[in-house]
Amino acid sequence: MNDEYYLELSENPVQFENASSVNNVFFDEANKQVFAVRSGGATGVVVKGPDDKSSVAFRMDDKGEVKCIKFSLGNKILAVQRTTKSVDFINFIPDYPHLEFSHECKTKNASILGFCWTNWNEIVFVTDQGIEFYQVLPDKRTLKLLKSQSINVNWYIYCPETAVLLLSTTVQGNVLQPFAFKTATMSKMSKFEIELPAVPKPAKLSLSERDIAVATIYDQLYVMYLKHHSRTTNSPGAEVVLYHLPREGTCKRTNVLRLNTTGKFAINVVDNLVVVHHQSTQTSLIYDIKLRELDGNVNVHQPVLPARSINPFKIPLTGPAAAPSQAPLPCELYSSSWSVFQPDIIISASEGFLWYLQVKLQPTLNLLQDKGKLMDFLLRRRDCKMVILSVCSQMLIGGDKGNLSVVATVFDKLNQVYKEYLDAEQAYTAAMESGPSRSSAYKRPVRTQAVIDQSDMYTHVLSDFTEKKEVKHKFIIAVVMEYIRSLNQFQIPVQHYLYELVIKTLVQHNLFYMLHQFLQYHVLTDSKPLACLLLSLESTYPPAYQLSLDMLKRLSTANDEIVEVLLSKQQVLGALRFIRSVGGHDNASARKFLDAARQTNDTMLFYTIFRFFETRNMRLRGNPGFNPGEHCEEHVSYFKQVFGESAVMKPTTA
Amino acid sequence: MLMISPRMASGMQEKQYTPSLLSFFIYNPKFGPREGEEEKKILFYHPIEIEKNEKIRNVGLCEAIVQFTRTFCPTKPAKSLHTQKNRQFFHEPEENYWMVMVVRNPMVEKPNKDGKPPTVEYQEEEIIDSVYGSVLQQCYSMYKLFNGTFSRAFEAGGVELLTQKLEKFFYRYLQTLHLQSCDLLDVFGGISFFPLDKMTYLKIQSFVNRVEESLSLVKYTAFLYNDQLIWSGLEQDDMRILYKYLTTSLFPRHTEPELAGRDSPLRPEVAGNLLHYGRFLTGPANLKDPEAKFRFPRIFVNTEDSCEELHLIVYKAMSAAVCFMINASVDLNREFCEKLDSLVGPQLTLLASDICEQYNINRRISGPEKEPQFKFIYFNHMNLAEKSTIHMRKMASVSLTSVHPDLMKILGDINCDFARVDEDEEIIVKAMTDYWVVGKKSDQRELYVILNQKNANLIEVNEEVKRLCATQFNNIFFLD
Repeated sequence: MNDEYYLELSENPVQFENASSVNNVFFDEANKQVFAVRSGGATGVVVKGPDDKSSVAFRMDDKGEVKCIKFSLGNKILAVQRTTKSVDFINFIPDYPHLEFSHECKTKNASILGFCWTNWNEIVFVTDQGIEFYQVLPDKRTLKLLKSQSINVNWYIYCPETAVLLLSTTVQGNVLQPFAFKTATMSKMSKFEIELPAVPKPAKLSLSERDIAVATIYDQLYVMYLKHHSRTTNSPGAEVVLYHLPREGTCKRTNVLRLNTTGKFAINVVDNLVVVHHQSTQTSLIYDIKLRELDGNVNVHQPVLPARSINPFKIPLTGPAAAPSQAPLPCELYSSSWSVFQPDIIISASEGFLWYLQVKLQPTLNLLQDKGKLMDFLLRRRDCKMVILSVCSQMLIGGDKGNLSVVATVFDKLNQVYKEYLDAEQAYTAAMESGPSRSSAYKRPVRTQAVIDQSDMYTHVLSDFTEKKEVKHKFIIAVVMEYIRSLNQFQIPVQHYLYELVIKTLVQHNLFYMLHQFLQYHVLTDSKPLACLLLSLESTYPPAYQLSLDMLKRLSTANDEIVEVLLSKQQVLGALRFIRSVGGHDNASARKFLDAARQTNDTMLFYTIFRFFETRNMRLRGNPGFNPGEHCEEHVSYFKQVFGESAVMKPTTA
Repeated sequence: MLMISPRMASGMQEKQYTPSLLSFFIYNPKFGPREGEEEKKILFYHPIEIEKNEKIRNVGLCEAIVQFTRTFCPTKPAKSLHTQKNRQFFHEPEENYWMVMVVRNPMVEKPNKDGKPPTVEYQEEEIIDSVYGSVLQQCYSMYKLFNGTFSRAFEAGGVELLTQKLEKFFYRYLQTLHLQSCDLLDVFGGISFFPLDKMTYLKIQSFVNRVEESLSLVKYTAFLYNDQLIWSGLEQDDMRILYKYLTTSLFPRHTEPELAGRDSPLRPEVAGNLLHYGRFLTGPANLKDPEAKFRFPRIFVNTEDSCEELHLIVYKAMSAAVCFMINASVDLNREFCEKLDSLVGPQLTLLASDICEQYNINRRISGPEKEPQFKFIYFNHMNLAEKSTIHMRKMASVSLTSVHPDLMKILGDINCDFARVDEDEEIIVKAMTDYWVVGKKSDQRELYVILNQKNANLIEVNEEVKRLCATQFNNIFFLD
């Protein structure tokens, strides 16, 4: 059961003083900081961020109850909202006066709903009557209005990652108006309407901010609407409706995630997966919006995996209170005091913990039977490499051995990603070579963990697998051939070690004729090492000699090797004719040929070879003699000994 | 069975008779060693009508010749006996089992005036030993493919069973021997391989592996396209004879229903909603037929050591044919055949059209200049690959060649010369009527080229052959 939890809370949560009557806790999604404000700040404000650098502690005067408190980016300026009319600022920039200054919203009678920092010195006030975009001038301790927009606002949501602000407008609140911010500019994006399950009469605010979340999934901004089960429509359960919000263009309803149940839900986004927590069953579901091809306008998704609880979390006892004998306390999961923030944050204010939600991939192996779907799922995850490789091993060796078509599907999926990466890499290299002017347009492609190359596959999967005694060799060969087929299909050059693996396995089982056929159809790509490997097989399988020579010939860069092979076979004349046919006889080493000819003990052959080189020398240098550098003295004297002094060719005297 | 096909010579009323089979017999001297029991030696004799004593005489003569010649060279007994009228070929495929084939020499019949009987002139030098010797060996291999060895039948059921089997097999088989059209290709007994790109080949590999996995009964698979081999799971020697059977006997017997018109009854039925063209060439002709029989021919492979008996299922879709071989001890039923049909049919149909498409693309790329203007025969002893631009497509009845028999004879003679030595060599022959015949042997490969160039000299011919090697055989190592 333990290995079935595919969601877990980060091991080292951010700890802070839990919320109480004297301690108010705030969370800033932009900087991911938790603010513990004691007694309105008078007895201290402790800010805990994801790392120690972003953690700060300070004091401020208690000027009334704090409604909202946030640092600007980089902890430069602190903004505190205590009333509905104004926001107070404190400089945290070194050498700037640490004095508070205040700014009232410019719209009369408007009350401030909240604010958000869009930069280190730019802030947006959201009021019930519109938004006001300011630049904070910390040295002058004033704010400069950059832009404003009046619009009736029910509530708002800000996505710090994309700097997009979403305003709920109209009486029912279901028309959402997004704004995008970028240094000193604010642009209005096209508004869109969330389809409500039922339209109330008379009209009243029907869309709550609790049911809306904004997050980026696969680099695209989505607005997620938790559509509760309605009795009037015959829907079997609640669903999450995703609206894709492009930078430009209109927002479209793109995906529907079926929850198949009702009750209280919360949403996170982790590793591009939408996680929906269900409080009453204390379980969570995950959805991958890429896991099904688009059919029609809206894509309907079921959970990728069966519902499971988050892995139980034990509260680590630290500090002086912790006795070594005490077992860590289990933490209550799905507690009503939990608050969930985008994308992946869960906060228990009552216990003083901030966790990041994480997806564990290993358990998915056993939960998702369809290997093709599993591979699609894993290839899109961040830390997927080792898990993918273990899926591959499992499908080849494990008890639930997949059949060949499953193996083929998996290989094809892996190689598709691999090929895309290789192409991107190649395009980048080509762009770099074509000159720096154009190369700036190309970014070096990032190699994600999903890129499983041949060496990964060889090291982690195939080399082990082919060693397994209990696996039938027929299956081993079929699998390796299937992998080679898949690589070829994606036009990926196959590495030599894969061929070696094939050959080794075939040779081990005496399947030489099979090997012969593979070579005949050039399935194993020609290379010098492969040719040498074949040559070494000659003693057990004589035709390997022919195959090897053919391969060397096709390589056309291996003429020296061919000569060596022929000479070692005492085919001296053949070697000579070959080297002449490729025009290499002028530079050929006479000694090498004469050595080989001597070894045959065939004096006529020796004579012929000797004569050939004499003639060559004559043609090249006008003298039939050998140069001292050719080290042929021994052969010259042998020649004289056998055929007589007079048989040696005389230089023609002109 | 007299296979005389007179060829009319021009002008004179000459009649040309091609070589034909006079008799064919199999005997084992151990079965009737004593006098008066000679008949027991004879296991099979064709023609059957021959009088008993003549049979005994002929067998005895053969025995005597073999015995006599053995004294000269005990390791290599006589292989053939040349006489004016005919030539006899001897083959001992298994110890003490002798096969003898007697071929009548080709002859010319010249009419005589005044009603005298025509003069017959035997052309005793026209027949090449190696060609007909190979034909005889092929007879044995083919028998063995379908029946196993002679001794196997003898051990199982004595002489009675063996003679039964021999009669059953050779009665039909001898009718399919076309001695008049035997040539160099019979010596090679090669396999024509289908040229294919790597990717399509890998797809076929993948297909074979998957089918063998799903139908675990299948022990060996062979894949052919256009009557040419692409993949063999059988060992080379077994594949060689199976290939011969498929291409000269089984395939030609089956007309192509896929070439038939839309409304033709031969056109395959649509099974379910999956259209495929798969059908069984052996076994049930129609799976829908409730009376269908699920009996397949049995073949014997690896007879050297384990001797496996297998069902031979040949399944074809369009031009792609697959042989599935299954252990003969397994009973094949309707259920299995239906499973095979539904699994293999659609995949094979798809694969066949893939291959066809790829083949056409490759042909277009290589272009017409690669089309051979040369007439040649190529053979590689290593993988038995053969290629001939001399032979038309092999028919069931005859293999047609596009060159004069005299030239084919020269090819056969060159081949005999090559067989005598191990060294690489090259022979160039100037034939009559402007033809040059070139034979090259390099390592295990042989190439024969026929050139027709007026007034060409030796050097030009040599250059021409070099050019052919460079274009047609540039990817193999062929010594000049």
